[in-house]
Amino acid sequence: MEENLKKNLMKRACKARMGVIEGTYNAKSGHPGGSLSICDLLTYLYFEKMNINPENPDMEDRDRFVLSKGHTAPALYAVLAQKGFFPEEELKSLRHIGSMLQGHPCINIPGIDMSSGSLGQGISAACGMALAGKLSNKDYKVYTVLGDGEIEEGQVWEAAMFASHYKLDNLTAVVDYNGLQIDGKLSEVCSPEPIDKKFEAFGWHVISIDGHDFDQIENAFNEAEKITGKPVAIIQKTVKGKGVSFMENQVSWHGTAPKKEQYEQAMAELNQQLKDLED
Amino acid sequence: MADLIRKATRESYGETLANLADKYENLVVLDADLAAATKTAIFKKAYPQRFFDCGIAEANMMGVAAGLAAAGKIPFASTFAMFAAGRAYEIVRNSIGYPHLNVKIGATHAGISVGEDGATHQCNEDIALMRTIPGMTIINPADDVEARQAIESAINYVGPVYMRFGRLAVPIFNDSESYKFELGKGIVLRDGTDVTIIATGLMVYEALEASRTLADAGISARVVNIHTIKPLDKELVCKCASDTGVIVTVEEHSIIGGLGSAVAEAVTGCCPVPVVRVGVNDEYGYSGPAVELLKKFGLCADNIVVKVKEAIKLKK
Repeated sequence: MEENLKKNLMKRACKARMGVIEGTYNAKSGHPGGSLSICDLLTYLYFEKMNINPENPDMEDRDRFVLSKGHTAPALYAVLAQKGFFPEEELKSLRHIGSMLQGHPCINIPGIDMSSGSLGQGISAACGMALAGKLSNKDYKVYTVLGDGEIEEGQVWEAAMFASHYKLDNLTAVVDYNGLQIDGKLSEVCSPEPIDKKFEAFGWHVISIDGHDFDQIENAFNEAEKITGKPVAIIQKTVKGKGVSFMENQVSWHGTAPKKEQYEQAMAELNQQLKDLED
Repeated sequence: MADLIRKATRESYGETLANLADKYENLVVLDADLAAATKTAIFKKAYPQRFFDCGIAEANMMGVAAGLAAAGKIPFASTFAMFAAGRAYEIVRNSIGYPHLNVKIGATHAGISVGEDGATHQCNEDIALMRTIPGMTIINPADDVEARQAIESAINYVGPVYMRFGRLAVPIFNDSESYKFELGKGIVLRDGTDVTIIATGLMVYEALEASRTLADAGISARVVNIHTIKPLDKELVCKCASDTGVIVTVEEHSIIGGLGSAVAEAVTGCCPVPVVRVGVNDEYGYSGPAVELLKKFGLCADNIVVKVKEAIKLKK
């Protein structure tokens, strides 16, 4: 990836992380950990990859995105706001009564293609969208992001079987492999590992990457585009809480909002990262 | 009326989907390895490129249907009522109901008349479950004529619809020439002044039969067919309560949460009168021939007559 572009994406991802902190702090609830781990991925998709138009969110031939791990909506909202789907000021209203920004994605929000949040369901909807694209001879792509804990849901594997059976090569599912879920380490709760081998066994083309490395993210999606006859799973290894020192790899930050002091420290750290990128 | 032709509404379902495929080019059909039983195999044979078997995976099927609808298709997701409303309930609620997507759920083999397969497959709770989902429309056709029109009506309505069909061949009593289906509007099949029998699905014919016996006994029973359980035709229900002073509901479904509950909820708000509910009494079914089971569970004209006579005694 060209250095200027990469730096630009890194800055945007950093701003998305600030949006996550801003949103969950003001909401006094929410899921910062898994939101922070997908900021790089979402930034790449929305600013580099997807064919979308904030002026026309329902554009018929747009690429579709389903956040199957819907609890990490703060990251998606932060990226959508930066992209211009709605004012960034809205992020502060996350989870408030009367706010457009529900705790989990809602189809009525500009830029949101599917309501999600009950784990395991988003990937099925993504399969339906991909199938519709094939039926209508559209060349749009469908992207979905699953949590690594989420894939413990049986429905994910029903969908994995379906996508492979119907050769949905216009579908790319990313598994955000940060290794932690609410009750602890993935390996200790009820392990779905090895994740790559499972998707391979279900007939998917699997690509494993570092989900915080834009070069690897770009290469993975470029590779995915060349695959025909089967869906693609990108298993991205990430750090839960990425970008905020005291949240990184701490399961306690799965579903806890920062308090004032923590908010200030997190924002200071992210501001410093942004400053370093701008220098 | 013994010379009426009998047909299962699941047959009507499969045939109608195939008949309407050319007219509605966005119509697609999903099934979960039950195409031969739900009769979507009729559609599959005629339009294989628009039929998708999801395998024995109802949760994913409902989610796929949601995605298809979000991308402009009109999917009919088909399986037995037990799995459509039961197993996949939460997916129907969150992936179809909450985003209010244009998915049509074709649930066949509803109720006790599944017969020999027994309790695990006799779904007497589907109407109750679907009623709790905001924005869900529920249609329970009484015969072939009604089912055909109901399906086309569901296609022309934008939003989620749960359609309930039966396995058992039942009399076609509606006149195909004059019958007109109107979503959300009940039909007064027979007027009466002493009591109103409000029935749905295959119990509508039984209610009509009961009304004839009652007439012979000097009881004037109004018979109302409620094909759309949600949204309920409250105006008609309240008028019946006011006109006749007592209501008997009849459904091949649990007395908890179905038509009887919907009617009782409505009349308590507009015109409180006694409501006697005939249905499955908070119990599981069991194996046996469908017609005999319906009699065992009191889902027949004879028992409706008994219940109507009891109900009339409750009138103030």
